[in-house]
Amino acid sequence: MTNKRIVLTFPSRLVGQPITTHLVKEYDLMLNILRANVTPNEEGRMVLELSGPKKAVEEGIDYLKSIGINVEPLSRDIKWQAEKCTHCTACIPACPSGAMAVDRTTWEVSFDRDRCIACELCISVCPFNALEIQF
Amino acid sequence: MKTIQEINEKIRTGKAVVVTAEEIIDIVAEKGLKKATREVDVVTTGTFGPMCSSGAYFNIGHSKPRIKIGGGTCTLNDIPCYTGYAAVDILLGATAMADNDPRNSVYPGEFSYGGAHVIEELVAGKSVRLRAEAYGTDCYPRKSLDTLIELKDMNEAVLFNPRNCYQNYNVAVNLSDTIIYTYMGTLRPRIGNANYCCAGQLSPLMNDPLYKTIGIGTRIFLGGGVGYIAWQGTQHNPGVARTDQGVPRFPAGTLAVMGDLKQMSSQWLKGASFTGYGVTLTVGIGIPIPLLNEEITAHTAIRDDQIVAQIVDYSEAYPQIIPNNLGEVTYAELKTGTITVKGKKVPTGGISSYKRAREIAAELKARIHGGTFLLSEAVAPLPSTDSDVKCKLLNERPFKKKK
Repeated sequence: MTNKRIVLTFPSRLVGQPITTHLVKEYDLMLNILRANVTPNEEGRMVLELSGPKKAVEEGIDYLKSIGINVEPLSRDIKWQAEKCTHCTACIPACPSGAMAVDRTTWEVSFDRDRCIACELCISVCPFNALEIQF
Repeated sequence: MKTIQEINEKIRTGKAVVVTAEEIIDIVAEKGLKKATREVDVVTTGTFGPMCSSGAYFNIGHSKPRIKIGGGTCTLNDIPCYTGYAAVDILLGATAMADNDPRNSVYPGEFSYGGAHVIEELVAGKSVRLRAEAYGTDCYPRKSLDTLIELKDMNEAVLFNPRNCYQNYNVAVNLSDTIIYTYMGTLRPRIGNANYCCAGQLSPLMNDPLYKTIGIGTRIFLGGGVGYIAWQGTQHNPGVARTDQGVPRFPAGTLAVMGDLKQMSSQWLKGASFTGYGVTLTVGIGIPIPLLNEEITAHTAIRDDQIVAQIVDYSEAYPQIIPNNLGEVTYAELKTGTITVKGKKVPTGGISSYKRAREIAAELKARIHGGTFLLSEAVAPLPSTDSDVKCKLLNERPFKKKK
C-alpha cells in the first residue's frame, strides 16, 4: 500500500468531468479530497490523497496526466516565510521529516523543501504564522 | 572594585570593555575571576520570548468636541481596551481578543489576532481603527468616536508589562493520550515532545541570580528601545530551591518593565498566536550587568550545563496543581535537541528564540560601546532570597448569597 498527496491543477475544459470517480472505479484507489477549489469555466485546483497498491497509484497519476491535468506533489505547497520566523524552534519537534531544522551553533531555523512531506503539522505550532499552505 | 559611575565614565569616553553573557564564560575560564573583573566592565544579556503579562497604555489626545472614554468602551482594531482611567487614557493588554473572536469554540482555536498584534502593528507605524462609546457629560459631550490613529498621533504610548523576563521556566510535556494545546506550545501525547522557554546562559536574571545589580530603576533594552525596571514582576518568587551557584531550579524572579513604545521596533515586539491557548506578546529584553566585583562576575559566567529546569506534565500536574516529579534537565541537554523523560527519548523545542536573545545581547553591547546606552544605578533592590516575598495560590472562599 502506498499513500500519496498530490496537487491537481485542472484546465477549465476538465472542470465538471467526474475524474475522481474514474480513479475509484478504474484504478480501485481510495481517495481523500483534502481541499478543492473548482470554479466553472476557470481553472480548478484540488489536493488529493491517494491510497492503494503502489502500481495502481502510479497508474492513476499517469491517467490524470494523460487527460491534461497538471500533477504535483503537495510538498511544494508549504511555504516558510523567513521574514516572519523568529527562530524559536517550536516547529522542530513537530516536524517528522527533518524539513524544519535548526543549526545548533547559530540557532538559525531553516526549511528544506525537498524533505517536506506536507503533513502540515508545523502550521499550527508556529506562533508567528511563518508557515503557510499555498493552495 | 568598580562603581557604576566609573563604568559610565568609560562608556562616555569609549573605553568600556563590554562582552556578552556567552563571551564572559570563556574569558573567566581563561583569565580567572580576578583578571576578568578587572578587564571587563559590562556583561550584556538577552531574551526574546512570549511574555503574556504585557500591555501598553496610551493617551490618544482630546477630540473636538471632547469625549470621556473613561467609564465607556473602546476598541483598537476591534480589540477591547480597558477604559477605567481618565478621559482619553486607555490600556491595551497583550492577550485581549475581539468580542466576536471564536476563541477555542472551533477546537482547538487559532487565536490569530489580539492585543499583542495591535501593539506590534502600532510599533511598526501602522494606523489602527479606534472606536469609542461614551455616555457624554456637560464637559465631555461627545458620545462616540471612530477614527484611524497611529503611534505618532498619540501623546504618550507606554509599554508597561507587569511580569516579564521569568528567571527560569518549566520544561513542558504531556503524559496523557491526547494532544494538548498550551502556552508552552502544542504538546503531543505520551511525552511526544518537550518544550522549554528560557535563554539559559544568556537570560538576564540567570546572570544575576540574586539580583545584586538588577533592581528597580535599572535601565534596560526593551523591545528595541530603552526601558526601565519599574518593580519586581508579579508572581516574583525568589525563595525557591537554588543550585550552589544561586541559580533557581524553578521559575523564580520576574520583572515589571516599562518604556516608551514610540522608540521601540516591531522586530523586538511581536504578536504571537498559540493554537488552542491564546494571543501573547513576544518581547525582546536585554539587561546590562556591571562587573563591580568578583562575585557578580562569577554569576555572569554561568553556563547552560549549570542551569537546570523542571520537567512538568501539562496534561494534569500543571492545570490541577498536583506535584508530579518528572525530574530535571540542564539547558545544555535541552539544546542538544533530545532529552530522556521516563526512559523515553523526547525531541525538544524552544518557545523563546536563542538566536534573537544572542542578537539582543550583541545589540546592547554595541549600544554601550557606542556610548548611547549608559548604565543606571538601581534605586531599590528587588526582593531576594532573604525576603518574605513569595508567589501564593489563591485562598478561595466561595461566595454565598445571603438568604
